[in-house]
Amino acid sequence: MQTSGSQAVRVRGLRKRYGNARTGFKDAVAGLDLDVAHGEIVAVLGPNGAGKTTTVEILEGFRDRDDGDVAVLGEDPKEAGRAWRARIGVVMQDSRDLSELTVLEKVRSTAAAYPDSRDPAEVIAAVGLAEKARSRTRGLSGGQRRRLDVALGIVGRPELLFLDEPTTGFDPEARRSFWDLVTGLRDDGTTILLTTHYLDEAAQLADRVIVVRDGVVVAEGTPESLGGPGARTPVVAWDDGGTRRTERTDRPTAAVARLIAAAGPDGEVPGLSVTRPTLEDVYLSLIGENPTDTEEAA
Amino acid sequence: MSTTAATSTTTGTASSAVRRLPGTLRLGLVRGGVELLQFVRERDSMVFGFAYPIIMLAIFSTVFGDDDPAVSNGVSVSFAQYFLPGMIATGVMLSTYQTLAMSIAVERDDGTLKRLRATPLPATSYFLGKVFLSLVTVLAQTALLLAVAALAFDVPLPDDVGHWITFAWVFVLGTAAGAVCGVAYSSVPRSGRSASAVVVTPLLVLQFTSGVFFPVTQLPGWMLDLSSIFPLKWIAQGMRSVFLPESFAAAEPAGSWQHGATAAVLAAWLVVALVVGTRTFRWRRHDDG
Repeated sequence: MQTSGSQAVRVRGLRKRYGNARTGFKDAVAGLDLDVAHGEIVAVLGPNGAGKTTTVEILEGFRDRDDGDVAVLGEDPKEAGRAWRARIGVVMQDSRDLSELTVLEKVRSTAAAYPDSRDPAEVIAAVGLAEKARSRTRGLSGGQRRRLDVALGIVGRPELLFLDEPTTGFDPEARRSFWDLVTGLRDDGTTILLTTHYLDEAAQLADRVIVVRDGVVVAEGTPESLGGPGARTPVVAWDDGGTRRTERTDRPTAAVARLIAAAGPDGEVPGLSVTRPTLEDVYLSLIGENPTDTEEAA
Repeated sequence: MSTTAATSTTTGTASSAVRRLPGTLRLGLVRGGVELLQFVRERDSMVFGFAYPIIMLAIFSTVFGDDDPAVSNGVSVSFAQYFLPGMIATGVMLSTYQTLAMSIAVERDDGTLKRLRATPLPATSYFLGKVFLSLVTVLAQTALLLAVAALAFDVPLPDDVGHWITFAWVFVLGTAAGAVCGVAYSSVPRSGRSASAVVVTPLLVLQFTSGVFFPVTQLPGWMLDLSSIFPLKWIAQGMRSVFLPESFAAAEPAGSWQHGATAAVLAAWLVVALVVGTRTFRWRRHDDG
């Protein structure tokens, strides 16, 4: 279904500045590039204040940008109309709108605005709220509320779905079933742009991961390759008379053999460990490797 | 599915023709249903917005009864009859201005508006839903007021077409002006929490200074002049011309019912609030970028 050469999302040199002359300016987004191909799931990672939500809200058409080129499904969100909105789905970060409507009423009335919506009851079942379909939304728990947000975001059968920290407040089981739901959407051909704090979520769902810090992309790649080949080099660690020693090496077994040989008669190496950096380790080193301007951002 | 998607990715505008979007009017009705459903389920708004004028009419008419009838040019009417037009006017402003300004301010604050903005729902449909709710409530409210006044307090209702025609245009113009004022004013409260105070207080003050609770002749001139800027005074006056005997026209500050001025002021509010409202309306909160 992809149209060759056209991206679902194409962003070049995006800038957004907040503040005023008195309090000083801060670039929330400082020249960000982003591409999402059709049918792809891209996760945007980054610490709080990195510019994730600002970027996503510009792509959704909620915010104006100060500079840069943005094309979402071939249109500039700033000028896009109803037909464009019918093709995107939005799950926002904070939703506090609670009403006396039931889950089913809310999903059904939202579905009515779309030309080719999914069946409301099926969507409610897919997010695991079937039992709550006839409950008032005011009485939902935080996790249920979030799942309703997801239902409202996908009921219009969007080609492109924005998920802004969708599983915040989920218990592990709900997160697992949400991942299944997202995987199912991808199988239907939905393109998904996801922001998240959870590294396991990005590893599980994303075809590609983008790490944002201080409003720019600092790393990009598949969850397996993020940070470059050197980032996953195993680390051998051991105690040497009270000091902890570490060695990064592609040949950890040889390193351990060397340590054993040097250890003496019983061959015991105190505190020996061999670890391979996880996505989380790589991520933390990416956002922490050059800690700058933290006091300015605060 | 695949062909549709391919077409729409290359030409965004063509997709609207391929997959037809639901009509604005139909979505307005969907929104109207949603609004009505929420309204009847929210008991506090039912009591304070909807039943308030009816309760006030019942209390005042019972307390003051017949011992203090209003008199003008030798013709006297019961307190209930004198009070009815003011309560109809108050009800119109409550069901339109107050309900709309508060609900839109709260929905902006809690993100309902932002969420709707993310869907293909046209803004017009959202407002149609709001206006639909206002119309339904104001009609039901006025009908109840008239029924209570006529049945419980023996207020004579007009029996000629002329008075009811006056009633109809004052009612329609007042409802329309109140509704657009509510939409325009919804941008004034800076948060959902402050909305009720910011929205209710001006209307409450106007109820006292517009001749709703006691005859306008008891008010200082400057206060009446100030109130004459706002719609409530004119709706109340128009309603008095419907439900009070002709001789009471002499008790009006101008000595007549001033139908021309009433129509002019209400129409002016309708136009000005419409222009201001469409220019200042925001989907997001003040502090949200």
